[in-house]
Amino acid sequence: MEVWQYINSHWPLIGHWTVQHLWLVLVSNVMAGGLGLGIGIFISGEGRDEVADTTLYLAEMLMTVPSLALFGLLMPLLYAIGLPSIGALPAVIALVLYGQLPVLRNTYIAIKGVEPAMIEAARGMGMSKRQILRTVKLPLAVPVIMAGLRQAVVMNIGVAAIAVFIGAGGLGVPIFRGLRNSRMDMIITGAVFVSLLALIVDGLLAIMEKLMTPRGIRR
Amino acid sequence: MGRKRIILLIGLLSVLIAVTVWITEKDKLRYMTPKSYSEIASQTWNHLKMVGLAELLAIGLGVPLGILITRPGIERFSGPIAGAVNIGQSLPSLAVVAIMAPLFGYGVKSAVIALFIYALLPVFRNSYAGIRDINPSIIEAGRGMGMSRGQIAWKIELPLARPVIIAGIRTSTVVCVGTATLAVLIGGDGLGAIILAGVFTNIPLLTLQGAAPAAILAIVLDVMLERCENWMTPRGLKV
Repeated sequence: MEVWQYINSHWPLIGHWTVQHLWLVLVSNVMAGGLGLGIGIFISGEGRDEVADTTLYLAEMLMTVPSLALFGLLMPLLYAIGLPSIGALPAVIALVLYGQLPVLRNTYIAIKGVEPAMIEAARGMGMSKRQILRTVKLPLAVPVIMAGLRQAVVMNIGVAAIAVFIGAGGLGVPIFRGLRNSRMDMIITGAVFVSLLALIVDGLLAIMEKLMTPRGIRR
Repeated sequence: MGRKRIILLIGLLSVLIAVTVWITEKDKLRYMTPKSYSEIASQTWNHLKMVGLAELLAIGLGVPLGILITRPGIERFSGPIAGAVNIGQSLPSLAVVAIMAPLFGYGVKSAVIALFIYALLPVFRNSYAGIRDINPSIIEAGRGMGMSRGQIAWKIELPLARPVIIAGIRTSTVVCVGTATLAVLIGGDGLGAIILAGVFTNIPLLTLQGAAPAAILAIVLDVMLERCENWMTPRGLKV
């Protein structure tokens, strides 16, 4: 009951938080996607196994740092170089750092997983290395890369909720305020809306994943 | 894989902690809330207790449940259940932790419940997938040798699915260590208390003192489970 009352009387505010939340995730995941894709393609090149190993390892190490801690550690770093240490900037940086791992890993795995026979065939047709990458490897890797992006976005919706601790706004705000003041209606509202956001975005990206799969390899 | 790098990283983080303790103790006036080694150690222990308890419960329930829904007869429920688990996994950790306050009140108990739910999903999903993806001809061979259903489950399915199951346990443990830093918000304790104090007072050293042990804990548990898997592999399957 209380929850309904709260939601009913705070629609504009909830909308504002949702938009803020989505904006954070969108901006950072576009950057993270580009970054992850670039690094993933780079490390999947020939003779870069050593580099790939280390990069993937470092990226996985990064994932073991709790997000709350990463936010806390970015604050002084940004402050030291004269940038705003609270608000959207540190949040976006943290989200980019987290979001690039699934994309990077999936890009690498997908490109490495392309059947050697197909690459051989492309080479037999006289394609250059760049052509092979662009017209054979990447299209075949698209479904796996998209799955990585989806994972990254859904994860970052969760991490962005934690960004409230460094003042980045978003749907973490009602959760945080509710927890501090024992306002159960605010906690439930925040938790429900941020969960709904994650589920809806997950569903939409799943559809997009299907649409972006090249027709030749659809099942 | 990469044992040297793991040792290197843990060493680096330990040095960082040592430096922060040294600085905060030297300059108490500026960093008003220095943490001593004993406090860091006790919070790490609290953290480990919460994660351990949640993880044990998750393994105890997740593995049998995952196996159960691959049994004939119950199999037809596996689709919807797997779907529900996937949905559960995309729920934000802060939401899962926070919702425990209205449901179970503030305290360590609700923190453990939240962690348990969050840890359960990867364990369950991997147990299910591991058993499901076994080549049916191997099971057929076992049946041909006159094995009973129990024998097939115990001697064929479980050993073959074990790497996948343990991979699920490893994922869930690492995630759980990170999520447990949020437990302090609903009255739990652990390293989150130190991290949060650092974030709120904008004292990076304090944050680091909470963050570094948490990262070390995640890495150490992960390596231990990897070892455990290696040790449990039947000789016939070792490469």
